[in-house]
Amino acid sequence: MSVLEKTRAPEKPAVAREPRVTDEHGRRVRVGELVLRYVLLLAVLALTIGPFLWQLSTSLKGPTEDIYSSPPTFLPGDPTLHNYARVADTIPVWDYALNSLKVATANVVTNCVGSALAGYALARLRYRGRRVATLAFILAMLVPVEGIIIAQFTTMRELGLNNTLIGVVLPGCIGAMNVLLMRNAFLNLPYEIEEAAFVDGANAWQRFLRIALPSVKGTLAVVAIFAFMGAWDDFLWPLIVLSDPSKFTLTIGLNYLHGTFANDERLVAAGTIIAVAPLIALFACLQRYFFRGVGEGAVKG
Amino acid sequence: MAVSGISRVRRQLPTSPWLFAAPGLLVTGAFVLYPFVSTLVNAFTDRRTLIPGQFVGLANFRELLQDDMFWTGLRNSTLYVLGVVPPLVVLPLLLALLVQKNIPGITFFRSAFYTPVVASIVVVGLIWVWLLDDRGLVNSLLETVGAGRVGFLSDQWLLLLSAMAVTVWKGLGYYMIIYLAALGNVPRELHEAAAVDGAGAVRRFLTVTVPAVRSTMVLVGALSSVAAFKVFSEVYLLAGPSGGPAGEDTTLVMLVQRTGTGLTGRVGYASAISVVVFVVTVALMLLVLRADRKEES
Repeated sequence: MSVLEKTRAPEKPAVAREPRVTDEHGRRVRVGELVLRYVLLLAVLALTIGPFLWQLSTSLKGPTEDIYSSPPTFLPGDPTLHNYARVADTIPVWDYALNSLKVATANVVTNCVGSALAGYALARLRYRGRRVATLAFILAMLVPVEGIIIAQFTTMRELGLNNTLIGVVLPGCIGAMNVLLMRNAFLNLPYEIEEAAFVDGANAWQRFLRIALPSVKGTLAVVAIFAFMGAWDDFLWPLIVLSDPSKFTLTIGLNYLHGTFANDERLVAAGTIIAVAPLIALFACLQRYFFRGVGEGAVKG
Repeated sequence: MAVSGISRVRRQLPTSPWLFAAPGLLVTGAFVLYPFVSTLVNAFTDRRTLIPGQFVGLANFRELLQDDMFWTGLRNSTLYVLGVVPPLVVLPLLLALLVQKNIPGITFFRSAFYTPVVASIVVVGLIWVWLLDDRGLVNSLLETVGAGRVGFLSDQWLLLLSAMAVTVWKGLGYYMIIYLAALGNVPRELHEAAAVDGAGAVRRFLTVTVPAVRSTMVLVGALSSVAAFKVFSEVYLLAGPSGGPAGEDTTLVMLVQRTGTGLTGRVGYASAISVVVFVVTVALMLLVLRADRKEES
């Protein structure tokens, strides 16, 4: 119990009500083991979150503060947002953020609509060529993107869409894996309800929109989140397809900032925080779906 | 009953199934399957970005054999698999064991450990570029404890090692979640029986946990080895677009990007390198799966 008070001081009242720490099977966890676990957890925490906090700290340090000191100073002596203003003066960072937001939003909409429709067709509708269609999506999922990126680029050039945000979105706008995820979600639904609706005269669109789709909201949320994160974080493809600095997304803008002002660590740090903050906020709100997506994606991928 | 019901729908709305599948099929066909086929075809041409190109047979592949940069890329991408896969198979499993027990605050730790997965590789890369800088945090700490400064980002091999460390750091949380799901399926009775028999924690890990999550370890091995061979961003960001000192840290995908893009891009030659990437990727998958089957028998 004394251990608990040390490591979880803010939650003292809760601990007082529950004098023993038990695991998920209701078995008591020994104090020695508990201490060891928290020590290890805090060590890993320092390793995983520490680098982000160091970047945040660097971005808040003013021009007169020594960022190279040894031993290092972890907290900014006189925190300032000056570097964030400087990022906006150096590159059109808010335009880049808007471009990233456009690309990510478009990717979410197209992936949700496209993969729900195709997934439903593969799972529920009976038509000639369904097996071929399923196979096409499975093959597409297995193709390594990095290997076809040059051909994707020449395809975009042929369509005249290189150096446009549409060109950034198009290749991944209906991911084959998302289609297969939605297909499995639809396959797992009990068929009887749709059967009943069919008997009542509902056509395929009505059954899809009113019965099947509302039942797979969870998987749809996973598709949406991974589409957003994938587009927001993507680097190689926008790097290849975008050449005009006014069209850059945040990741490409950040790479450009680093390439041009590598020696200005405070500036680059502020830029990275701008790029990562929205996603960390999104993750904090919707963790459940992030974790669920890993499980579902790994089984398929 | 179900079958006859659906076939009646087909008569009702003959076009709708294809209408449902059309957008997905169109995108997949145009931007994944067509580029895949066109990569295979281009590999046998001298196509450039602005020049259509002609069939040249195996000339690109013959040139590859003579190209030092290709061998450098193949070496680095292979080393990357060897360096990154073992830690990515083992460490996340240990991490999953650490966060498995529902002790107070554990959901916070799980989420915190996952944060590097959520961040863009560019953000992660630039964070580590600054951490590993000659005057960065890691070197400050090394100096504080009396060790000398290390040129993580100037030496060819240290650069590659640093990039591998970044890959492992970013991947830990992802594979941790995969293992966590697998660990939930390990019967508790097995652990208890082993404990009754006097097996310690390490012994129980090796005789109960590892065999129980073996198929997940194979999955993680397959996923991480394929991803590692295609490494681009980590090395690009840490070593720079030209791949470190004299390009010695170039990976295969970096070489594809460098050779095939831009107005003078050698599409044919870059496609030939891509074909090598395909072949090795498929080979890696088969290798991991075969190792799995062998162990099983």
